[in-house]
Amino acid sequence: MSAHANSRSSAAKNELALKWALGALLTIGGILVILPFVWMILSAFKPESEMQNIPPTFLPVKPTFENFKHLFTQLNFSVYLKNTLIIVVFSFVGLFLNAMAGFGFAKYKFKGGSVLFYLVLATMMIPGQVTMIPVYLILNEMHLTNTMTGIILPGLVGAFGIFLFRQFMQTIPDELLEATRLDGASEFRTFMQIVLPISKPILAVQGILAFIAGWNSFIWPLIIANDEKLYTLSVGLTLLKGQYGGNFALQMAGSTFMVIPIIVIFIIFQRHIIENFSISGMK
Amino acid sequence: MKGYSQSKAPYFFIAPALILLILFSLLPIVVALVISFTNMDLAGLADWSNISFVGLDNYVDVLADPVFGKSILNTLFYVVIGVPLILIGSLLVAIIVNFGGNRIFNAFRVIYYMPSVTNVVAVAVVWGLLYNPVFGLLNFLLDSVHLSAVPWLQDPIMAKISLIIMGAWRGIGLNMIIFIAALQGIPRSYYEAAQLDGAGNFKQLIHITLPMLRFAVFFVSITTMIGWLQFFEEPFIMTDGGPLDSTTSVALFIYHNGFQLSHFGYSAAGSFVLFFAIILVTLLQFKLQGKDTDL
Repeated sequence: MSAHANSRSSAAKNELALKWALGALLTIGGILVILPFVWMILSAFKPESEMQNIPPTFLPVKPTFENFKHLFTQLNFSVYLKNTLIIVVFSFVGLFLNAMAGFGFAKYKFKGGSVLFYLVLATMMIPGQVTMIPVYLILNEMHLTNTMTGIILPGLVGAFGIFLFRQFMQTIPDELLEATRLDGASEFRTFMQIVLPISKPILAVQGILAFIAGWNSFIWPLIIANDEKLYTLSVGLTLLKGQYGGNFALQMAGSTFMVIPIIVIFIIFQRHIIENFSISGMK
Repeated sequence: MKGYSQSKAPYFFIAPALILLILFSLLPIVVALVISFTNMDLAGLADWSNISFVGLDNYVDVLADPVFGKSILNTLFYVVIGVPLILIGSLLVAIIVNFGGNRIFNAFRVIYYMPSVTNVVAVAVVWGLLYNPVFGLLNFLLDSVHLSAVPWLQDPIMAKISLIIMGAWRGIGLNMIIFIAALQGIPRSYYEAAQLDGAGNFKQLIHITLPMLRFAVFFVSITTMIGWLQFFEEPFIMTDGGPLDSTTSVALFIYHNGFQLSHFGYSAAGSFVLFFAIILVTLLQFKLQGKDTDL
C-alpha cells in the first residue's frame, strides 16, 4: 500500500519536473519570439547615432522621441495614417456587406442559392497572385486605378467572412424572424434590429479581424496607388525603407508606430480572436 | 422557412457582396486566362488595338525563362524546408501548452500568436535590421559567444533560410492555435484508459495524441504549403529577390514582371503555372491523406 503511494508520489514529482522543464523551454522560445518586438521598440527611441554603435546598446542611452516626430514632420506619415484609417472604416462597411450576404445565404431558400454559395466558397481557393494583374486591368477600365475607391473595392468583401456569418446565423431560430415579420417589419429591418444584435459575438470577432486586416492592408494599395497621397502606412514604410535605408532608428520608429496599436488591440481582445479560430479552424 | 421564398429579399442581401466577389475574384480568373494568351503590356493597356493573340508563346517563354526556373526552385526550397519547420514547431508548442494546461501556459498562446497579427511590412523591416551584417543584433549575439558572423541575407542559400526563419516566426502562432483546438477535442477518456494500462506520457503522445491529430496535421500542412507557394512580402521587402535572384519566389516573379516591367500577358501566364501547381499539390495531398486513412 505504502509502496504504491510512494510510486504514485514519485510519478507526480516526475510530472511536475517535466512541467517545469517544458515551461522553461516554452519561456526560452517565447523570449525569442518577442525579441524582435523588444528590439524594435527600444531602437525606435534611440538617436540615429546610437544605432551605429558597435557593440549595440540594448536600452537607449539617450531616449528620444525625435524619430517619431520625424515621421510626421519630415515624412508623410500623417497622410499614410489618414489613408489607413479610411481603409479601416471601409473594412467595417465590408464587414456589414459580409454579414448581409451571410444572412441571405443562411435564412432564405431561393433559386440558385446553393450554387451561388458554392461560387462564393470557390473564390477562397483563388490565389492572390492570379487576380493581381487582372484586377488592376479591370480597375483601370473602370478608371479607378490610383483612387481610394480602387484601393478599397477589391478587398472589401471576403468569402471566409461570409461563410462564418452564414454558419452563425443559421443557428438563429426561424420563429423569431417570423414573429418580427408578422409585426410588419421589412426584411431589412428584421436584419438590422433582430439578426445583427443576436450576431454580436461573431460581429465582434470579425470586427477585430477587419480592423487588423484594414490596418495592415498592403497589396492593393501597393498595386493600385501610384501617388504617395494614397499610400497606406505599410506602403509608406516600404518607401521609407527604400529612401532612408541607413536610418535604422527611423525605420524602427515607423515599424513601432504600425505594430504597437495592433499588439494592444490583440492583447485586449486575444481571447475572442483565439477562440474564433478554435471554433472556425476545425469546422 | 418552408419552400422557396418568392420575395426578392435574399437577392437584395447577397447582391453587394456577390457582385464584388464576381468582379474582383471570378472575372479576374477569366481575364487572366485570356490575357495570358496575348502580348498585353503598357501599350496594350493604353490602346486595345495594340494587343494581339500570341497563342501559347507566353507559357513556352515563361517556362524557358531561367529566372522563372530559379523562382520555382526557390519556392520549392521554401516549401520543403518551411512546411516541416512550421508543422513541427507549431505542433510542439501546442502540445506543450496543452500539457501545461494552466493560466501561465495559456498566456504563451498570446506571445506565440502575436507575430501572426502584426504587419508583415513592419516586421520585415525589423528583421532586416536584425539580419544586418554590421549593425544587426543577431551577428552581435553570435559574436558575443565567439561564433563567426553569418551572412544572413548576403549568401544565396543562407538568404533563403533567413527568410524561412522569419516566415516560421510569423506562421507558427496561427497553426499552434489550430493544433490546440484539435488537442482539446480529443476525449479525456482515451488518456484515462491509457493511464490505467500504465502508458506513460510519451506513449500516450505517440499512440493517442498524434493519431488523433491526423486531420489537423493534414489541414495545417495544406494551408502552410499554399502559404509558402504564395510567399511574397518577405522577399519583396527584405531582399527584393536578391542576391542574384536567389530569394525570388514565383509570386515575386509574377509581381515583378506584371507591375515593374508591365508584361501583363507574360506575368499572367506565370501566375497560371503557379495556380496549377497549387491545385496539383492540393490534390496530391488529398490523395495521400486518402491512402493514409485506408490503412
